[in-house]
Amino acid sequence: MEVDHTGAIATQRSEQRSASVVEEPKRGAATAAPSAKYDVQRVRADFPILSRSVRGKPLAYLDNAATTQKPRAVLEAMTGYYTTINANVHRGVHELSERATEAYEASRERVRAFLDAASVHDIIFTRNATEGINLVAQSFARPRLAPGDEVLISAMEHHSNIVPWQLVCEATGASLKVAPIDDRGELMLDAFEAALTPRTRLVAMTHMSNALGTIPPVEDVIRLAHARGVPVLIDASQAAYHMRVAVRALDCDFLVATGHKLYGPTGMGILYGKEAHLEAMPPFLGGGDMISSVTFERSTWNVLPYKFEAGTPHIGGAVALHAALDYIEAIGFDAIGAHERDLLAYATAMLSEIDGVRLIGTAREKASILSFVMQGVHPHDIGTIVDREGVAIRTGHHCAQPVMDRFGVPATARASLAMYNTRDDIDALGRALRRVRQVFG
Amino acid sequence: MSDLNDLYQEVILDHNRRPRNFHVLANASHSAEGYNPLCGDRLMLYLKLADGRIEDVSFQGAGCAISKASASMMTDVLKGRTIAEANALFDRFHRMVTTPPDQGVEDMGKLSSLAGVREFPIRIKCASLAWHTLKAAMKNEHRISTE
Repeated sequence: MEVDHTGAIATQRSEQRSASVVEEPKRGAATAAPSAKYDVQRVRADFPILSRSVRGKPLAYLDNAATTQKPRAVLEAMTGYYTTINANVHRGVHELSERATEAYEASRERVRAFLDAASVHDIIFTRNATEGINLVAQSFARPRLAPGDEVLISAMEHHSNIVPWQLVCEATGASLKVAPIDDRGELMLDAFEAALTPRTRLVAMTHMSNALGTIPPVEDVIRLAHARGVPVLIDASQAAYHMRVAVRALDCDFLVATGHKLYGPTGMGILYGKEAHLEAMPPFLGGGDMISSVTFERSTWNVLPYKFEAGTPHIGGAVALHAALDYIEAIGFDAIGAHERDLLAYATAMLSEIDGVRLIGTAREKASILSFVMQGVHPHDIGTIVDREGVAIRTGHHCAQPVMDRFGVPATARASLAMYNTRDDIDALGRALRRVRQVFG
Repeated sequence: MSDLNDLYQEVILDHNRRPRNFHVLANASHSAEGYNPLCGDRLMLYLKLADGRIEDVSFQGAGCAISKASASMMTDVLKGRTIAEANALFDRFHRMVTTPPDQGVEDMGKLSSLAGVREFPIRIKCASLAWHTLKAAMKNEHRISTE
């Protein structure tokens, strides 16, 4: 079947459509069956870019942790929005503005359901996950931090979950504490607990490391922090496209994710916050749409979630994100997870057979990321050579320099998986890495 | 695949495996650190300048084959050169690696082996990192601490 994402018209009846998606026979893998029934070729057929070639070879796109490719449904939703109902939201009384507002708010409801948040008031649209973390750092943490207070993160955070905390710590005299990871790249939970002190004001931690693939025990992290009255922000940028992330079950205080890794558009970030926190926080950015009234003497703030959405939002992006989440759920995380686990095992075995390759990040709980180094070959050279074979991987520090330092490497090569990858992609990587060995001896 | 062979010529692989002048220069008079944030390549360049001449030069650091080989070859050709000659070499090298690949370039001896980066625009910075670090080192007047 084809999920009907024809853009504007479809988004206007998002409620009905979501329901119909559930009732219809699901695409390919969407029976809750194991990966054997997952029809990855049908999934691939939904992603136009995957049929292109690169340097005369079929594209093997293995840089999904950086950004995922977009299914046709997402592209059509974006085009459909601009083709049929483009207008500004929350303003005009004319037909198009009403339709655009409906589509934008339908996307917020879609995100709420996707994350299982209690209310659409808890869902703030941002540009990206980074902006969401900065919003919490400036509007939630900063007024609560005093000299000697502490913000606690882990040693496997992306720069976006380090630098915003450094900025607020510098501004307030608080200090940034780091819970260590072990040689597998697993969070050392005892050390984390020991690092929770009476001065800890906030914990911020990834749900899945972009550099290592590690899935830390965020449920335990949240439980331990809450036992001491410490709120927790979870960075689900990586986790959210590999597994179900449900904010009420997690009981996290804040959570960020990003649309462009959810098979959706760039420029669409998601911030979830508990309503009580968001209500108590001052605005982050000022401007239009976030106000209730403005005079030159003072302004009053709009209600949630609009208080945190200054200026014209990325309406087309929200509509496309809606289609992306529909697409993911039509296939289902059971099928996606089973498929990606199979590929991860296959790829891990493949890498172990290549001379001099060492995996960085071997946590028992990990997903979809293979970070590795090769004896005698710098990752940058690996990247250039495999690119000539049509294989797209990331090389460098992955915006996680402290992780590189922890493992004593300047950089790694990283292959990262998504729902549309195949064993052929992994085989192409294997051939390309053997070519690297051939060049470097 | 020929452009890949142009990039990773035997002389480059050899300098990558066995970099020349790859050590700290204890009595250096000038030094600078070069860093390419894109790939994390980092090198420290040491110069011993006397009477406007490069008496000795060495480097240390971690980087890709191209940046390491480029630094190694550069240190080889710089020894004994005047500062003016080193600046002229910088200009010639810079011209060579930034000339479009469909145009001819002058012969710079073994340095010409790096002309293959022109087919890989993102790698040009790897080849030129050592040379930019040289410029910075020649300008910096601070005496290197040997503590």
